[in-house]
Amino acid sequence: MSTETIEKEPASKVELAPGVGGGGEIPTFDITLKVRRYNPEVSDEAHWDEWQLTMYGTDRVLDALHKVKWEHDGSVSFRRSCAHGVCGSDAMRINGRNRLACKTLLKDLDTSKPILVEPIKGLPVEKDLIVDMEPFFQSYREIMPFLVSKGHEPSKERLQSAEERERYDDTTKCILCAACTSSCPVFWTDGQYFGPAAIVNAHRFIFDSRDDAGDMRLEILNDKEGVWRCRTTFNCSEACPRGIQVTKAISEVKQAILTRKI
Amino acid sequence: MATPTIETPRSGRVSPGYSRTPGSRGNFEMIAWLFMRISGAILVVLIFVHLYVNLVAGDGITGIDFGFVAGKWASPFWQIWDLTMLWLAMLHGTNGIRVIINDYAEKNSTRMWLKGVLYTSTVVIVVLGTLVIFTFDPCPVIDGVAHVADYCPAP
Repeated sequence: MSTETIEKEPASKVELAPGVGGGGEIPTFDITLKVRRYNPEVSDEAHWDEWQLTMYGTDRVLDALHKVKWEHDGSVSFRRSCAHGVCGSDAMRINGRNRLACKTLLKDLDTSKPILVEPIKGLPVEKDLIVDMEPFFQSYREIMPFLVSKGHEPSKERLQSAEERERYDDTTKCILCAACTSSCPVFWTDGQYFGPAAIVNAHRFIFDSRDDAGDMRLEILNDKEGVWRCRTTFNCSEACPRGIQVTKAISEVKQAILTRKI
Repeated sequence: MATPTIETPRSGRVSPGYSRTPGSRGNFEMIAWLFMRISGAILVVLIFVHLYVNLVAGDGITGIDFGFVAGKWASPFWQIWDLTMLWLAMLHGTNGIRVIINDYAEKNSTRMWLKGVLYTSTVVIVVLGTLVIFTFDPCPVIDGVAHVADYCPAP
């Protein structure tokens, strides 16, 4: 049996003097996070809760919410899934603007004032930051967000030129987070309006050369609550975390309806 | 305190306030939208020429009096001009207010009343305005006495 002691590999190959954070040290700062709380089982009134947190420069609003939920108050409720801006679960009203909590860096907000986090407006709040998305998805379903094709199914893939694909490229980016629809003042009024998200997703199929149900979708959106309720306030374009030109898409649908009718 | 029931997610229910009433199709909203764009563009021309002719051209603002208006309405060109301006402006404005009422009235009864007042006042103003433009008489004869101004033809 060998008595030779195996020399342990050091934890770090770089020797650092104690107390030195190294090149990768991330600055920290203190923030005040104010969250709009609502729990129908306790009270019909919503109220604000406030926490003082020490956060890192790389943290997002979602990290602050996680810190609160995991370390301070486990009853804080919010939706999030992928946490990387793709699933569209965590749209919320941060400092009065609709954004994804997972795409909003704390350092980009004014940390000298409390950071206000509210549920998105216009949809019924279920608890804290969770809203009932069913009306939103109902409008989405109504515009038939799927490929409708006449004739025989081709034996190979449905071909499309790069230009034809480019025509609706912008509106394919939608992640259905509802940031646009819940930032729309027309939607806030009575919730009857189809909303920007439904129109964007209709646009995605209306201008798809492989799709044959464009006329049906245009007819659906030629409703009293359809595209004509858009007042071009651009709130949706500003809110979209994917940078979709929502108002432009809506006006293209308006024009398509007009040219079809006249 | 009664415990509120929370339904299972994805049960397909849509809060009653959000469900759209079907059968609201038709092209009215499209035509209204188109009318707003077209009338708006025409009104810009009509109104600015109107302002220029009344306030800047000739004697400018000091030249406006009963006689100035009478002189303008003696010409069919200005009659048609003012008529178009009246109709387009009234319909453009009415449609704008109609849209605002639709957006902001929360109850159907409020909406109906506000629109009732709006449409009544529109009809009154349009009819009255049209009558004035076409029946305006600069040299009226009241109780057999001709009110003759210096621009009137001698009786």
